[in-house]
Amino acid sequence: MADTIKARDAADVEQAICAALGDGRTLELTGRGTKRGIGRAAQWDATLDLSGLSGVTLYEPEELVLSAKAGTPLAEIEALVAASKQQLAFEPMDYGPVLGVAPGGGTIGGAIAANLSGPRRIKAGAARDHFLGVNAVSGRGETFKSGGRVVKNVTGYDLCKLLAGSWGTLAAMTDITIKTLPRAETEATVLVFALDDGAACKAMAAAMGSYGDVSAAAHLQPAVGARIAATANAVGAVTAFRLEGVAPSVAQRKSVLEALLAPFSALGTLDEAASRSFWRAVRDVTPFAAFRPFGEPDLWRISTAPARGADIGRKLTEQAGAEILYDWAGGLVWAALPPSADANAALVRTTVAEAGGHATLIRAPAPVRAAVEVFTPEPPPLAALTRRVREGFDPNGVLNPGRMWAGV
Amino acid sequence: MPVAMPLPDDAVLVRRAEIVAALRGIVPGEGVIASEEAMRPYESDGLTAYRQLPMVVVLPETTAQVAGVLGYCHREGIKVVPRGAGTSLSGGALPLGDGVLLGMAKFNRIREIDFDNRVAVVEPGVTNLAVSQAVEQAGFYYAPDPSSQIACTIGGNVAENSGGVHCLKYGVTTNNVLGCELVLMTGEVLRLGGKHLDAGGYDLLGIVTGSEGLLGVVTEVTVRILKKPQTARAALIGFPSSEDAGDCVARIIGAGIIPGGMEMMDGPAIKAAEDFVHAGYPLDVEALLIVELDGPAAEVDHLLERVQEIARGCCAATCRISNSEEERLLFWAGRKAAFPAVGRISPDYYCMDGTIPRAKLPLVLKRMQELSRQYGLRVANVFHAGDGNLHPLILYDANRPGELERAEEFGADILRLCVEVGGVLTGEHGVGVEKRDLMPAMFTPADLDQQQRLKCAFDDKSLLNPGKVFPTLHRCAELGRMHVHAGKVAFPDLPRF
Repeated sequence: MADTIKARDAADVEQAICAALGDGRTLELTGRGTKRGIGRAAQWDATLDLSGLSGVTLYEPEELVLSAKAGTPLAEIEALVAASKQQLAFEPMDYGPVLGVAPGGGTIGGAIAANLSGPRRIKAGAARDHFLGVNAVSGRGETFKSGGRVVKNVTGYDLCKLLAGSWGTLAAMTDITIKTLPRAETEATVLVFALDDGAACKAMAAAMGSYGDVSAAAHLQPAVGARIAATANAVGAVTAFRLEGVAPSVAQRKSVLEALLAPFSALGTLDEAASRSFWRAVRDVTPFAAFRPFGEPDLWRISTAPARGADIGRKLTEQAGAEILYDWAGGLVWAALPPSADANAALVRTTVAEAGGHATLIRAPAPVRAAVEVFTPEPPPLAALTRRVREGFDPNGVLNPGRMWAGV
Repeated sequence: MPVAMPLPDDAVLVRRAEIVAALRGIVPGEGVIASEEAMRPYESDGLTAYRQLPMVVVLPETTAQVAGVLGYCHREGIKVVPRGAGTSLSGGALPLGDGVLLGMAKFNRIREIDFDNRVAVVEPGVTNLAVSQAVEQAGFYYAPDPSSQIACTIGGNVAENSGGVHCLKYGVTTNNVLGCELVLMTGEVLRLGGKHLDAGGYDLLGIVTGSEGLLGVVTEVTVRILKKPQTARAALIGFPSSEDAGDCVARIIGAGIIPGGMEMMDGPAIKAAEDFVHAGYPLDVEALLIVELDGPAAEVDHLLERVQEIARGCCAATCRISNSEEERLLFWAGRKAAFPAVGRISPDYYCMDGTIPRAKLPLVLKRMQELSRQYGLRVANVFHAGDGNLHPLILYDANRPGELERAEEFGADILRLCVEVGGVLTGEHGVGVEKRDLMPAMFTPADLDQQQRLKCAFDDKSLLNPGKVFPTLHRCAELGRMHVHAGKVAFPDLPRF
């Protein structure tokens, strides 16, 4: 049984990493462990638990800024900013449902390390776009900072971008500063019924190029939409468009969008409450939640050019019996594939390579995640650069080695 | 020149003729410029106080040529300084006497406009404005709009992570770039990103953006294009004090309104701008705010009502709302001409670029007035109020001995003040050579070492744009060394379970 070291503060983190360096041991970095199931199934000598680094240290709503220790629960931060009518505009998804972990458990550090986002990614960006500053301890056991607490800053390299989405393989973040933004006063969703995947992607492209100022666009195949309460009674597929803002603006844009989409098919509407619950389900991909009755499909998360989403979905459906949920106007393809020994990795990789983009195997049994690459393999010069970047932060491979790729 | 640049390498300089010939072999025709008079236009960028003729100028036209030049220079140990349109205000493209100046101006084609995916694929020498112009017929635009957008290039925007007046709502370059083709100093060609969102591995595109030409040379960029807002209207609001104006900005954002643009000017800037363009600015106020709302008409009208209410609650002395596109542009004309307007009232001015937490504005302005008296130099301020990015313009006369030096010292004090109140050295102009030696005011040696190790991962011999951004050049081997003390360290006070 691997050791667990529970850090109480940043000094503990530095000590623990220095100790691991001295002992030649590797460390698994965790917050509250809600995304532990993601990544290559690798082994570490000890676990460095960062959940004890908890608490919001600064929140100035009028400056649009919040600082917190890295292990602060995301739910605590979201509740705090909601009380000032603000939100984390990147709409961080909760992997709990698809990983079979209790929802609402993640930390801000985990959200950044996984570069989380949600349906609003297409308008407001991902965690990387809202990550202003950081204090961290590198795999060299050195404490460093980057960025700051102001929203506009080009002083030195933007190490925050690099740490976002690095899955704890470069440094252990101890303090995080993010941008907060006003929450929309209201929202509504326009639905278009019974489009096939290709037509839906065309409708989404039309909407994104309109004055509708859509903040989310998703397409759910019939069986997928049926698993979300707000669209359970729809006949056939559901294509959904979210409008957020002040009431007069939402009303005006709703008519713009309805006029644009009427030629495609029959339309429907979700009011504010239904819209909120619908997009939360899309955000967390609950139609592909764990523990469904007929066995647990392998789940791939694919980012591609929006106009190519339907091509990928069609091929994976025809050749591997996939079910698809399209978010990001077609640019994010969630593909649930019947379980197999290799998660259909070869098919997924070649299909995505043809269309452009990348694919991550989010859910599969550990033996599968040990046998196939979980993150998109990089071509040799890029892989070599990735390795050199990693070595600049963690030359001895102490932090989460092997989580992203073998040796990284 | 007060900022010391790396000493020229005589071993390289004596080989100049041979190097020029080799470069002509890679970039044929007129792409290699070696005569002094023809190299003269490249001796400085927008920070004209610093000048240096390069060893040779190379203007490649293809990625293969860029890779050839960089690979050759890497093998031969020759430094390279990349350059876009040369509009940098921080000396990012200042040449080196023993270095190749790699001008990217011939990379000036728009390769693809893809409305279905809402992206444009452009070469780095395309100007920022040209991207918007290429897509405007379909009602689209490229959001980041630095004030030099008519001249500055996308490649330079990527290098500097450029912003603009609309970036509080629409983000800066890093939020609007999806992919690039990057040539490393070794000549290796990489593709980062594409038409999709986010990286599959490390976000190297995010680190290249804003790297000031120190990590690689970008030969193609994929940018997001957005549908233009349907309407835009602006409010022009005058205040008796900067405190009131700052309070108004805070309350607007506190009310959940993120304007498309929100600009502030202080008394001296207002007067200079009004004298120059006659925009109808009130001259009896100490601070002027331009608040622009954009979006559907219903939204803009609704939010403008609220902004006016907030302004009235903040002691606004005057408030005008634009009722036509002409009037909106007139409101902006003074602000956009603020720099040349200040240029009319002073022989020279020095434009600074710090960011502060907005609430600190009254304190910073007050301290700046004290510094102004101390240095005996006037200062005018324009301010991207929404995001705290301050542009103090220090007025001086370069013909008076010592004034430039005093202006630079005054500027350095202002930037130190920005850091002291929780801000940063540069909001959008970059560090370059200008703020290089101030970096330790913001970063510890460990912070800077970690950044330079990243540089080493991209450029192991430190040949690409050396002498910029970092005050001290370290050898990569020295930075890479690990100091691990063997032996068991117990740390008994760490709880384990």
